[in-house]
Amino acid sequence: MSTLIRLDDVDLSRDSQPILQHISLELASRRITTLIGPNGAGKTTLVKLVLGLIAPDSGSIQRQAGLRIGYMPQKLVISHSMPISVRRFLALTGCSAAKVDETLREVNAYNLRNKQFSSISGGELQRILLARALLTDPQMLVLDEPVQGVDINGQIELYELIAQIRDRHGCGILMVSHDLHVVMAKSDDVICLNHHICCHGHPESVSKAPEYLALFGASHASAIALYQHHHDHQHDLHGDVINEHTHGQQHGAN
Amino acid sequence: MADFLLYALLAGLPIAAIAGPLGCFVVWQRMAYFGDTLAHAALLGVALSLFSNLPLPLAVAAISLLLALMLARLSRQPQLQTDSLLGVIAHGSLALALVLLSVLPLPPIDMESYLFGDLLAVQPGDIAVIATLCLVIAGLLRRFWQRLLAITLDSELAAAEGIPVTWLRTLLLILIALLVACAIRIVGALLITALLIIPAACARQWARSPEQMALFASSVAIFSVIGGLLLSLQIDSPTGPSIVAVSAAVFLLSRLRPATI
Repeated sequence: MSTLIRLDDVDLSRDSQPILQHISLELASRRITTLIGPNGAGKTTLVKLVLGLIAPDSGSIQRQAGLRIGYMPQKLVISHSMPISVRRFLALTGCSAAKVDETLREVNAYNLRNKQFSSISGGELQRILLARALLTDPQMLVLDEPVQGVDINGQIELYELIAQIRDRHGCGILMVSHDLHVVMAKSDDVICLNHHICCHGHPESVSKAPEYLALFGASHASAIALYQHHHDHQHDLHGDVINEHTHGQQHGAN
Repeated sequence: MADFLLYALLAGLPIAAIAGPLGCFVVWQRMAYFGDTLAHAALLGVALSLFSNLPLPLAVAAISLLLALMLARLSRQPQLQTDSLLGVIAHGSLALALVLLSVLPLPPIDMESYLFGDLLAVQPGDIAVIATLCLVIAGLLRRFWQRLLAITLDSELAAAEGIPVTWLRTLLLILIALLVACAIRIVGALLITALLIIPAACARQWARSPEQMALFASSVAIFSVIGGLLLSLQIDSPTGPSIVAVSAAVFLLSRLRPATI
């Protein structure tokens, strides 16, 4: 295990609103780090910092020299005005057709290879984006809400696939999620973010941390090991709990 | 064949061929208004050309390039309302050009030929310039094709993979600016965007890959130029609008067939 990316006391503001404060974290090979936090907590901004798409106001970000990062965006807004097949889309990475096919098999999406992009479903798209991220032969995989729009069985499959990828490729994985429990079961580290790092550590310990409970509510803690759960409250844009519900309430889309 | 008809074809066909792939990017990236803005502002280039005796394509290219770089800068600031801003620039520069053309001590010109194009007035000297510019555009498109496709599909993903997104976007604007410089004589400032968009929109119906769409778009554009030219000779209509009318007719016909997707 080696450190791939290290953030040290990183601050970022937009329009004099602090978005991220005092963020220090380490991403290492062969570890799955899950970033959780309410809407507007700065998760996607933190991902962009890690990817190097934006620069911090202060603090330092160190990457291992020559680090290859594979990125799976939250969604891909493919304009249907471009006709393109799945295979061709993946070949845009510059990889050979053989490698594209092999990677499609790895994510169980080989049967989609000749489909037009404009006709694939949300769950299929996630697999293709995962394949795309893998094609860069990454040492670090960054997955922004990889199971968004996927049903619960599909989510479990996808998470198992991600864990397999970690084992097979030995890469580090940073994963953003809303969906606390399913994620946590496969994570080595959990970082709970709400503009600053509220708490972090092993899934078990995070789920019992008072900061986590304050942010997500106590009922989550007991449900950690389960593959299904109910959200019992919603957050407003600042991450504060605004109301209590009994069942089936989901966090709003980020 | 009459000389003027030969010149018209020699000037029109390379432009049509290159309008295919470039127009696909305009459609894919939703840059229609950018194209319009560059085309409107090209009239400033006409004023510059008449005032300074620079050859028209050079003067228009100079102004369009300047504007393309400006637009590339502006589009990097997401907090600005890009469409309003483009509207200001497009109509502001068009108005400024019309004012300049009327108050400056310039030889009287046929304004209509710049607004709507006059392919039949092309001179042999223009053809060399047009051919060169089209070759440059084609070469650059070919060189950066894969990366341009990548930034079109998802700019953030492309940026994460180390593709210079901002630079490539600017390149695309520059290519459109160069095409505007060529095409202002053919279809005129007001109809250039049509020559970019309509053939690409026709091609979308039949294409299964980006390259196919570019090829089909070129074919439709070439057909439209030839058809428009013949129509214009036949019924003595202005060439620019005739070309666009033919391509619009092809578009309507293409919608009659069921789409492949």
